[in-house]
Amino acid sequence: MIQPTPGPAAPSIFEQRRPGASWADLLIIGLGLALFYGVLTLARTWLGPFTPAAAISERPSALAGYTAYSLLRMAVAYVLSLAFALVYGYVAAYYPKAERLMIPLLDIMQSIPVLSFLPGVMLAMIALFPHSQLGVELGAILLIFTGQVWNMAFSFYSSLKAIPTELREAARIYRFNAWQRLVRLELPFSALGLVWNSMVSVATGWFFLMVCEMFVLGKRDFRLAGLGSFLQTAASAGDTTAILWGLLAMVSVIVLIDQLIWRPVICWADKFKFEQIEGTDAPHSAVFDLVQRSPTLAWLRQKALTPLGERVNAHFVRRARHERPRQSSRWAGWVGWLLAVAMLAAAAYALLHVGMQFAALDRRESLDILRGTGATLLRVLCALIIGAAWAIPAGVAIGSSPRLARIAQPIVQIAASVPATALFPVVLLFLIGTGGGLGVAPIVLMLLGTQWYILFNVIAGAMGIPSDLKEAARVFRFRRSERWRLLILPGIFPFLITGMVTAAGGAWNASIVAEYFHFKGRTLQTTGLGSLISAAADAGNFDRLLIATVVLATIVVITNRLIWRPLYRLAETRYRLET
Amino acid sequence: MAAAEAIVETREIEKYYVQPEGNRIEVIAPTNLAIYPEQILALLGPSGSGKSTLLRMLTGLVPPSAGEVRWHRSPQAEEQANVSIVFQNFALFPWLTVLENVEAPLAARGIADVDRRKRAFKILDTVGLDGFETAFPKELSGGMKQRVGFARALVVEPDVLFMDEPFSALDVLTAENLRGELLELWTSRKMPTRAIFMVTHNIEEAVLLADRVVVLGRNPGRIRADFEVDLPRPRDRKSRRFLELVDHIYKVLTQPDVEHAPPTGPAARQQAAAGQAPAYQMMPHARPGGIAGLLEILIDRGGKEDLYNLADELAMEVSDLLPIIEACSLLHFIRVQEGDVEITPEGKVFAEADILTRKSLFREAALQHVTLLKQIYNALRAKADRTLPDDFFSDILDEHFSAEEAEAQLQTAIHWGRYAEVFDYDAKTGRLHLTEG
Repeated sequence: MIQPTPGPAAPSIFEQRRPGASWADLLIIGLGLALFYGVLTLARTWLGPFTPAAAISERPSALAGYTAYSLLRMAVAYVLSLAFALVYGYVAAYYPKAERLMIPLLDIMQSIPVLSFLPGVMLAMIALFPHSQLGVELGAILLIFTGQVWNMAFSFYSSLKAIPTELREAARIYRFNAWQRLVRLELPFSALGLVWNSMVSVATGWFFLMVCEMFVLGKRDFRLAGLGSFLQTAASAGDTTAILWGLLAMVSVIVLIDQLIWRPVICWADKFKFEQIEGTDAPHSAVFDLVQRSPTLAWLRQKALTPLGERVNAHFVRRARHERPRQSSRWAGWVGWLLAVAMLAAAAYALLHVGMQFAALDRRESLDILRGTGATLLRVLCALIIGAAWAIPAGVAIGSSPRLARIAQPIVQIAASVPATALFPVVLLFLIGTGGGLGVAPIVLMLLGTQWYILFNVIAGAMGIPSDLKEAARVFRFRRSERWRLLILPGIFPFLITGMVTAAGGAWNASIVAEYFHFKGRTLQTTGLGSLISAAADAGNFDRLLIATVVLATIVVITNRLIWRPLYRLAETRYRLET
Repeated sequence: MAAAEAIVETREIEKYYVQPEGNRIEVIAPTNLAIYPEQILALLGPSGSGKSTLLRMLTGLVPPSAGEVRWHRSPQAEEQANVSIVFQNFALFPWLTVLENVEAPLAARGIADVDRRKRAFKILDTVGLDGFETAFPKELSGGMKQRVGFARALVVEPDVLFMDEPFSALDVLTAENLRGELLELWTSRKMPTRAIFMVTHNIEEAVLLADRVVVLGRNPGRIRADFEVDLPRPRDRKSRRFLELVDHIYKVLTQPDVEHAPPTGPAARQQAAAGQAPAYQMMPHARPGGIAGLLEILIDRGGKEDLYNLADELAMEVSDLLPIIEACSLLHFIRVQEGDVEITPEGKVFAEADILTRKSLFREAALQHVTLLKQIYNALRAKADRTLPDDFFSDILDEHFSAEEAEAQLQTAIHWGRYAEVFDYDAKTGRLHLTEG
């Protein structure tokens, strides 16, 4: 890194302009080439002949290729999600008429499990591309997409809504055009929320990867070469060594992505924090520092990005100049009306259809669904209670002791990043070995997947309890019970609620993979709403799938409205610690 | 000046909200106002008088409910006015550097980057930000941030530079320094703008900077006084004329229902208060503690004091002091006359009483003079269970005030009612309960 150049050292600002390559450049060029090669390979397979059920090898040597395939799928799904989230959030934030429909819709979509989208998405894609692998691949990607897009769209929407009036007014009074407003105000203001939600979304993608890459649809068997299908094949065969290799590959990829992408991105996004005063603890990332110092990137920015931005801006300025004072065209009005009518008709039809399906249920089937709903509800409750029972004390301990936090935080973060579904076969092996059945196992999976939300939020809440309140508790000699009742629990309450909401949603969603599992050549299943959905998808029984999905979505939406939202409001009004 | 043509003028602009029942809440009564070149105009008024709304209607950020704003004699919609605003809380983009912040308005106008940079550098130099080009706003102090705000506003060479309480987020010394520099730029004609329109609640600031002062009254907002400041620059804050003007504005602000002749000067124009007398008594948003505090200070000073001296001594802004004065006078604890405040016998007894006696005296005065408290008291007494939801009173208030003001009125009433032990309020259930006994 240090070059033995004679003469006075150049000031650091000029380092950017210094020609010559650095490690970061090599890294960036390497990554670029790898990406290019990956896309090429993928394109070749995708455009290749239709092979819905690839033979999945269990040899660890095949893992590198599988991992690359899965990664690319995740990347494409993520890019699609981001684009969709931006458009959806933008439209919902700026068109009040659309907003009234789009935001409740978001709520519902978020509560529909990935598997319920499966038949629709797959059949549509295969019908679109009947003779090429593209259809199946696109289907898998769209499935991943349905798991990660909604929270991102909601994040962008609420960021747009939260932009301070003064900033909006400044943008208007200084005549920002649409482009300037987007890149100077809207995107920067939303960046932090989008980054954090992207991380959550990608984690969800890993969680459901196994489902998305390998599934049965009626009589047809779909397997796409990838890490998820590798793990599932290994689990079906009960091949512990292969499972462990697959797990190792997945965890390493996740840790690498965290270090190479998320940490630097968080560092970069720190400048979009909306604060007037510089914060004390900015995040750090060695990779980010390296990338920032890269002459190649600086050159790219200077020669390509900046001029491109200028061109786009100039285009928008010209357009704004020619723009007559906007009069809503009659066409736009008509199209809007037509759209609204079409949507209403579709909604009415769907409602009618669902209603008819429910009416057609016989006693036994209704009982099945009721029993399944009850069983899954119990499991979700158990998972939440167990999760809260250990995560609250642990989180408070970690959050109130900086020393403990330093040790525990990284460990917890890595533990949380392992997708629970990948661990599940191992857990099952263990549980079956000890005699526990599939009745209890789903709770373990739900717990594995969702306890972290509670833990992280409680840690954040405990860290936020002001020290003067803690001192007051000490001065007044609060006993342990009083300290918890009067200080700690109210202090962490808003955070706890946030964590519980996320955990509950996650647990319901996890039920579809937890209650129905292909393992050692058998299909293990237990009573539950999740297993109803999975079995219906497997059997290609669309009516059953529809009913179960509607029940699940209704329960999630109703609990959100009736339980979580009031609690949330209570947290906001009574338990907010104002400084 | 009188010969010059107005840059912008308003014709009977007003702002009102129509409620679902068809009720109109008037925020600003029909108003005529013109801004002339070479003038600094200061708009003064108590909180809730619609100063900011008027500014936003002039700049085109908010459309008036009726009437029209004309720029250079043509309606606003046809000519996009070349204006800038300096915001109270700066409204800088925290993710852009100082230079990028200042360049942004130029980019919006399609000015090429080389030119843009040159103009931005020049204006940054003018406002004293040389060397800070690559800094981010969060690295700067409040005063420096507002300089960026000025630079961004001036870089487009606006016809009128609008300022919305530009110094109120700064500490006293920084604000004073920045005011001085602004004035220096203006008088030496280094400021690329033809007129300045400033909203403020600081009386001294208005008299120090402005060529013309317009005072707004509230409920609804309307022009109560409009006169020229005929003082030579630089102005001496201790001069007799300066103090006279400040005193005069105090008088206008503290006696909302009396018309005032301007102090002197042939140029002074007086506009009759447009609109009717406020329909419903408005509670000033003061706390009982503040009321008692003011009365105690008055007793210390022999029971009578000049308003301006009082504010000066307490180092308080008029916006903070006014509600307390209004509250005291509403309760008949003080009399305000000719800019002097005098404590009444009732006020004296109140100030010298102990805590419990104070409460009962406050209760007596409040139930006698404060319409809203009287109404709440009677309504609660009329109910068998002596309790009513707060929504009941919100609905009544909504007929007379904007939504936020109605909320604020109820909050203040609850405050006073609790202190006077007239009623209690349960925040959990949102119900008011009559205090028994």
